Amino acid sequence: MEWINAIVQGILVGGLYALFAAGLSLIFGVMRLVNIAHGDLIILAAYVALVIVQMTGLHPLASLIIAVPVMAGFGYCLQRGILNRTLGKDILPPLLVTFGLSVILQNGLFEIFTADSRKLNAGELETVSFNLVPGIDIGVMPLLMFVTAVAVIGGLQFIFYRTAMGRAFRATSDDKEIARLMGLDNGKVYAYAMALCLGVVAIAGVFLAIRSNFDPSLGPGRLIFGFEAVIIGGLGNLWGTLVGGVILGVAQGLGAQVNPGWQLLAGHLAFLLVLALKPKGLFPRIDG
Amino acid sequence: MSMNATITRSTRASRIAGVLALIVIVLLAAAPWWGSRADLRLIGEFATYVALASLWNLLAGYAGLVSVGQQAYVGLGGYVLFACAMFLGISPLVAIALAGIIGGLAAIPVAKLVFRLQGAYFAIGTWVVAEVFRLSFAQVQELGGGSGISIPVDAVKAIASSRDLREWLIYWVSLGLGAGSVLMAYGLLRSKIGLALTAIRDSEVASMSLGVRITTVKFAVYVLVAAVTSMVGALIFLQKLRITPDAAFSINDWTAFVIFIVVIGGIGTIEGPIIGTIVYFLLREFLADLGSIYLLILGALAIIIMLAAPKGIWGYVKDRYGFSLFPTGYRVNWKE
Amino acid sequence: MSDVLLEVRDLKSFYGDFQALHGVSLTLQRGGMLALIGANGAGKSTLLGSICGLVPCAREAIVWKGEAIGGLAANDIVKRGIAMVPEGRRLFASLSVEENLILGGAMARPGPWDLAKVYAMFPILKEKRHQPSTSLSGGQQQMVAIGRALMSNPELILLDELSLGLAPVVIKDIYAMLPDILGDGMSAILVEQDVTQALAVSQQFICMQEGRVSLQGAPQAFTREQISAAYFGTA
Repeated sequence: MEWINAIVQGILVGGLYALFAAGLSLIFGVMRLVNIAHGDLIILAAYVALVIVQMTGLHPLASLIIAVPVMAGFGYCLQRGILNRTLGKDILPPLLVTFGLSVILQNGLFEIFTADSRKLNAGELETVSFNLVPGIDIGVMPLLMFVTAVAVIGGLQFIFYRTAMGRAFRATSDDKEIARLMGLDNGKVYAYAMALCLGVVAIAGVFLAIRSNFDPSLGPGRLIFGFEAVIIGGLGNLWGTLVGGVILGVAQGLGAQVNPGWQLLAGHLAFLLVLALKPKGLFPRIDG
Repeated sequence: MSMNATITRSTRASRIAGVLALIVIVLLAAAPWWGSRADLRLIGEFATYVALASLWNLLAGYAGLVSVGQQAYVGLGGYVLFACAMFLGISPLVAIALAGIIGGLAAIPVAKLVFRLQGAYFAIGTWVVAEVFRLSFAQVQELGGGSGISIPVDAVKAIASSRDLREWLIYWVSLGLGAGSVLMAYGLLRSKIGLALTAIRDSEVASMSLGVRITTVKFAVYVLVAAVTSMVGALIFLQKLRITPDAAFSINDWTAFVIFIVVIGGIGTIEGPIIGTIVYFLLREFLADLGSIYLLILGALAIIIMLAAPKGIWGYVKDRYGFSLFPTGYRVNWKE
Repeated sequence: MSDVLLEVRDLKSFYGDFQALHGVSLTLQRGGMLALIGANGAGKSTLLGSICGLVPCAREAIVWKGEAIGGLAANDIVKRGIAMVPEGRRLFASLSVEENLILGGAMARPGPWDLAKVYAMFPILKEKRHQPSTSLSGGQQQMVAIGRALMSNPELILLDELSLGLAPVVIKDIYAMLPDILGDGMSAILVEQDVTQALAVSQQFICMQEGRVSLQGAPQAFTREQISAAYFGTA
């Protein structure tokens, strides 16, 4: 029964990993950019939420009302101001610039907030759980996280395939020169995509902050989880990313059942296994 | 049919630089006689970073393999050294060579895996591998597990009998690895492999159609760089006398700084890593007290250089003034 | 309202060190069809690209309705009433036929062309409108590309190598539709390898050879030999 519980909890935390990964997947799909600072931006969002909660006394989930637009706006500016300049045929500039950004974020957050561990308190929601089957408790918070992940991915799919903005994303990703001929400004399209991405990152950051302690150094770890979920699921497939997140979460949960020190390792090994057996991931749609 | 031109590889500037470099190396090798212990440590550390930077540059700047996981081999080299010295009674200096071999062997299955990824995903993949190394070594209790282990005094004494001689030997090995990495990169790039690498860098499609076996070349470079990186790692931790998984596989120490060095110095040039290391040491001299602000400045500097002068300091100089101290191309001298 | 729609003034264009255009000039009247012929590499696509903003050039080199627009970004130029049907169609692969058309109309100016009219002109597209655009035949894709350009109700439509990769029967059909497509009032510049076809439908033509204009005027005014000489540069 413990094993089944480990799997169930793993599935639920997989939702959080999918939230980490969704933005990464979106940006890669639209502009073939892999943002090394993605994980640090999630942590930044967590701190933004922290500040909002401290200043307004809002419930952490309610802080999303402010955190999402703030992060989205930051994403728009970041893309237009810096990242648009790195896009092109060479892979080095975006990689190295986002790497530099990662270092700046980590150290900047450290300077402002110190290395102290923080956490956002969601009150009653964190402790309430219901009993599915004897031996398996489903916490409301983890369930909410998972449901939110599904909703976010569903929302992103909707935007991509049923809205004018999504059309613009897909067209610019297909052929950015001809997209210009349709009146689309590539720079603005990319900026909107990054704004959307950081909006999702804000949601991920808040849930992270509620779920566990966080400090400025956690960014790279979240990037890796997101990346692994994307690769396991298959490039260019958002629902695949959800599956990838779940697989990762379950692998980690099972690993932890064997030996607490093996949690992370189990996840990495699951990733490497998929890489070895199905290099393009489980449900790939585009090539790297 | 005779050509009214000669083809040379070097210019006057590079020949002068070659002579100067030789003089500098000889001077540095003689440092035990004119320098203090602190001098030796500093120069040794400098040589270590030049080595790491030249190796990373060969990988990223020439073979197009941007790895953010070279710390895997630094740490692996360190642990192999400790294991050899502690359990196999092998003299540490010999163990450095062994670390190279094991690092190279480990790189083979790693490469088979990560080569399935492209571009930035490849980069993160190498990072994951380094994490796997870190987490795995933390599980090995014989090597100290998560809290690490110190090298026993006897093992260190196996290098040489007197402390001075030990330090000199370690110093010369550092110098050797530093100069050796630069010369290895230089030699490689002047060879047919180098031509292949430059062709790949300029156009993968074109070079494939000309029969350049891209994957084989990249694979070979990756394994070679991993092997030498492991040797450098073994040397680094021999000097530190203590190894922990977090220190051995630290992305900050062994990758972030190295990337900054290469980017600022000039990626894709041989001189770049040397220039970059000089800049890095100068900055460290003046700014290291600022702690995380120092890192913030490095990060900002790397971004600015990538956006404004992506070829780094030496790349700019090379483009502007057209000289190379380590020429890897060919020059056509027209006879008039 | 002046009858001169577009002026190209001494347009020079470089790809790195290579000069693709050596000072090309032309004038286009409203409502006309101008054929642009020449061998591969003559500079035809560069000229079209410069007009619609895909290729950078000097500001004063392209004058549209009295305004100097050379070098402006393509998304700014399309708003002014110039649309392009690119060489090789270049439909958006991730979009369906209908989505390609809708996107073409994103910057629509007032005018007769809309989704209904495009479907009326090309009924087969209505049938296949939800299919991925690249799953259609070459000729059908060409229709989508043309429809996509029409959706913005341009005053000038640039047609780059319509016949590329299409079967002769299909090419004939499309050319037969051109007069209806353009109606009255829409001007066009047609780049075409098939010289006979191009000259048959145009009132004016320009022949380019190695980045220069080698001959221009009305097709009827010249003999085959003269045009051939200008085309191959053997004059």
